[in-house]
Amino acid sequence: MRLTVNGNPIDIDADPDMPLLWALRDLAGITGPKFGCGIAACGACTVLVDGTPVRSCALPVGMVEGDVVTIEGLAGADGLSVVQQAWLDEQVPQCGYCQAGQIVSAHALLEEIPDPTDDDIDNAMAGNLCRCGTYPRIRAAIKRAAAEKARTGA
Amino acid sequence: MASLGKIARRTFLIGAAAVAGGVAVGYYVYRRPYPNPLEDELAEGETTFNPYVMIGADNAITVIAPRAEMGQGVATTLAALVAEELDVDLDAVTVEHGPASYAYYNSEMLAEGGPFPFFEEGVVAELMRGGMGAFGKFLGLQGTGGSTSVRDGFDKMRTAGAAARQMLLAAAAARLDVEIGTLATADATITHEATGRTLSYGEVAADAARLDPPSDVRLKQPADWRLLGKAQQRTDMRAKVTGAPIFGVDVSLPDMLYGTVRMSPRFWAEPVKADFSEAEKMPGIVKIVPIDTSYGHGFGVIAENTWAAFRAAEAIEVEWGEADYPQDSAAMSAFLREALAAEAGDALRDDGDVDTAFADAPQDRVVEAEYEVPFLAHACMEPMNATARLKDGLLEVWSPNQMPTLTRQLCAAMAGVDTENTRVHTTFMGGGFGRRGEMDYSMFAALLAKETGGRPVKVIWTREEDIRHDTYRPAAMGRFRARLGADGLPEAVDMKIASPSTIASTLRRTFPSLSPLGPDKTIAEGAFDQPYTIPDYRVAAVKADTGVPVGFWRSVGNSFNGYFHESFLDELAAAGGLDPVETRLKLMTDHPAAVKVVEKAAELSKWSETLPAGRAKGFAFTLSFGSWVAEVVEVAETDAGIRIEKVWIVADVGTALDPGIIEAQLTSGAIFGLSSAIGQEITFADGMAEQSNFHDYDAMRIHQCPAFEVAILQNYHKMGGVGEIGTPPAVPALANAVFALTGKRVRSLPLSREVDFA
Repeated sequence: MRLTVNGNPIDIDADPDMPLLWALRDLAGITGPKFGCGIAACGACTVLVDGTPVRSCALPVGMVEGDVVTIEGLAGADGLSVVQQAWLDEQVPQCGYCQAGQIVSAHALLEEIPDPTDDDIDNAMAGNLCRCGTYPRIRAAIKRAAAEKARTGA
Repeated sequence: MASLGKIARRTFLIGAAAVAGGVAVGYYVYRRPYPNPLEDELAEGETTFNPYVMIGADNAITVIAPRAEMGQGVATTLAALVAEELDVDLDAVTVEHGPASYAYYNSEMLAEGGPFPFFEEGVVAELMRGGMGAFGKFLGLQGTGGSTSVRDGFDKMRTAGAAARQMLLAAAAARLDVEIGTLATADATITHEATGRTLSYGEVAADAARLDPPSDVRLKQPADWRLLGKAQQRTDMRAKVTGAPIFGVDVSLPDMLYGTVRMSPRFWAEPVKADFSEAEKMPGIVKIVPIDTSYGHGFGVIAENTWAAFRAAEAIEVEWGEADYPQDSAAMSAFLREALAAEAGDALRDDGDVDTAFADAPQDRVVEAEYEVPFLAHACMEPMNATARLKDGLLEVWSPNQMPTLTRQLCAAMAGVDTENTRVHTTFMGGGFGRRGEMDYSMFAALLAKETGGRPVKVIWTREEDIRHDTYRPAAMGRFRARLGADGLPEAVDMKIASPSTIASTLRRTFPSLSPLGPDKTIAEGAFDQPYTIPDYRVAAVKADTGVPVGFWRSVGNSFNGYFHESFLDELAAAGGLDPVETRLKLMTDHPAAVKVVEKAAELSKWSETLPAGRAKGFAFTLSFGSWVAEVVEVAETDAGIRIEKVWIVADVGTALDPGIIEAQLTSGAIFGLSSAIGQEITFADGMAEQSNFHDYDAMRIHQCPAFEVAILQNYHKMGGVGEIGTPPAVPALANAVFALTGKRVRSLPLSREVDFA
């Protein structure tokens, strides 16, 4: 079976029922997406499929049609994406485990709504649980990233 | 896995001063209030291996921060302590956790284990602190917990940096043939100011390592600090925004197998019969093996990938034994209530004469209440996991853990090897909150590693296993009564709290041969040790083992006693016709640090201003882990239920080393507490936890998260902890706000049993 992950073709020998998360982590060695719940309830495993955020722990790999982008694929080879840089500037992560999923969700939000309101942020991010309670800084980082994208036209 | 590999290569660092062309400089200061006969035996060995600083010939500086980084930012602050004294910038050092070692004992972790409030500084309390600290050293207890890491490291880490700098200066002075006093340091470079000659630290590191550590280590005055006291960029941030493989679940080793566990959902029960036939037919299955440990019984599944292991574990047909403890939550509640009625308990505070005060109390001046809280799971974002390899007599365990030396000891026993042949590599942790002070997940990995012919095996629990096999925050129940004086203030308070002993439960699964002695202060902490002066004031702890494994959950006993004490005090203020803030200020006059915190919180939150209809505020204060914390919660009535609008937090931490990290921890702790108050509970039926995943054990989400305003004070003369202190007052501040909003006094958690939250 062939997947396109972060722009690279990847051939894996997977049971089509295997969730995309485990195909990425155990078979392809891409460990940015994290296992949190296995039932699409926490968002730690969030990846983009053709630009749409999906919970990879509950998506059978055999049903994946489209390009997969993980946290590892958000930025170019050098440096950070605008969202990642905002995360760094706001010093968002604590334990960091949920943050790959948070950043991917925020990335998708800003692609769809470049200047999100607080309600937009709530709607887009409510599926991403953070046990450290980094939400105030996540909100600040999304707003910072939005402003930076507007400023640079990115 | 560069960082993990690097740690592995450096496990030989212990006991060696010079390493691979660089140097390891270790030093520590051990202070004690009285002579300890054990110290002479230990000190000689420990002074020779206490490495915190490594400097390579290439000027690469590595700082060992030997505490669990589970989000609280400890790696950054510990490294900053060293960097400050070493005169280097934080971004110039590489920070590593380092190996499991007795050298990294935490003396503060046990220091506050005695039955004294933090503000008690009498001879006996100080002797106890010194004695308990020495005991921690004797045990070589390398651990992260009790909000102690920075308090423990404050002198050790600065001294390590300063000693290294002085040795480097001495070596440079000899090389340049000048007086030490003519040299200056900055950015890992030594400059002879008169001639402009320079030497990098790396150029003199090898010479420096041959010198004796200075006997007179001079530390900077706080006024001269460049890093400490200022918010730093965390050293782990870049890895965490790029998805770097730093966690336990990310460990990747050549030829690695994968695994999971299926443990009895009834604690300590054994399988009565089991059928593996379906499970063994599943694709990718390697082996199913029994697990029998002090943590319980069940099965381990080894497979070619994690998902195959999960599926096979689910396919095991098994009938588990019966529970030998109360079967359900109602029976456990009844058990706690009976214990409260039957036992006097250990009075950890007993001021005045409480029995006499109530004997002649007029009934209309007496307030009584019963409070109860449920068991809670830690629910770390990263489920429990560990990776182990047993090959050629050497056991290696990659474990996201808070207790490396105990993990090493118990894993070695599991695998049947000596601790000398066991290495523990501590990874970053996707949350800890006390759960990762346990050894079960590491022991299970060590057990499975015996079955793989030398191949490493990464054992990840499902979320369901994680929630159903936690070491839970204990349930607790308390009876409270007070006698109000003519001025409305309480003149007598009698509190009795019954709860399973966390200490006893922990010993049962880690050192079953040891029996806990004496009172367990965690049952009453947050209630007996608060800075209120009341003439007749008794707080007693009743140990009542419900059979459910309980453990250390962020803020431990303070997590429920903060609620009990401060909600009851709110009741007393209401009954006495007094303002809750005014009540506290009057009872706290003996403790100026507490008064200042409460006044600041009232000022910031505009406590005295009247709110519009449909809005209300609640107030609470808890002294925990040496820090004085007041919180105000503002709530609003909405169509969807009660919304938590804003939280004000004021904390006196004595000395604030990194205000950015402290602010993050205070809000984090408050959200952790609020999450529990608005909906979390672990209930039991048929001896098994009824919750299993985030659909029925959720936490606060971003749309529920209030705005925060935080103030950090530094009035008290001793440094307090940071990681847990935001949690205890958050719950009662919310409960008191709910009372102010609705008139409903909710005396059990979660509050969502009686009110709805938006």
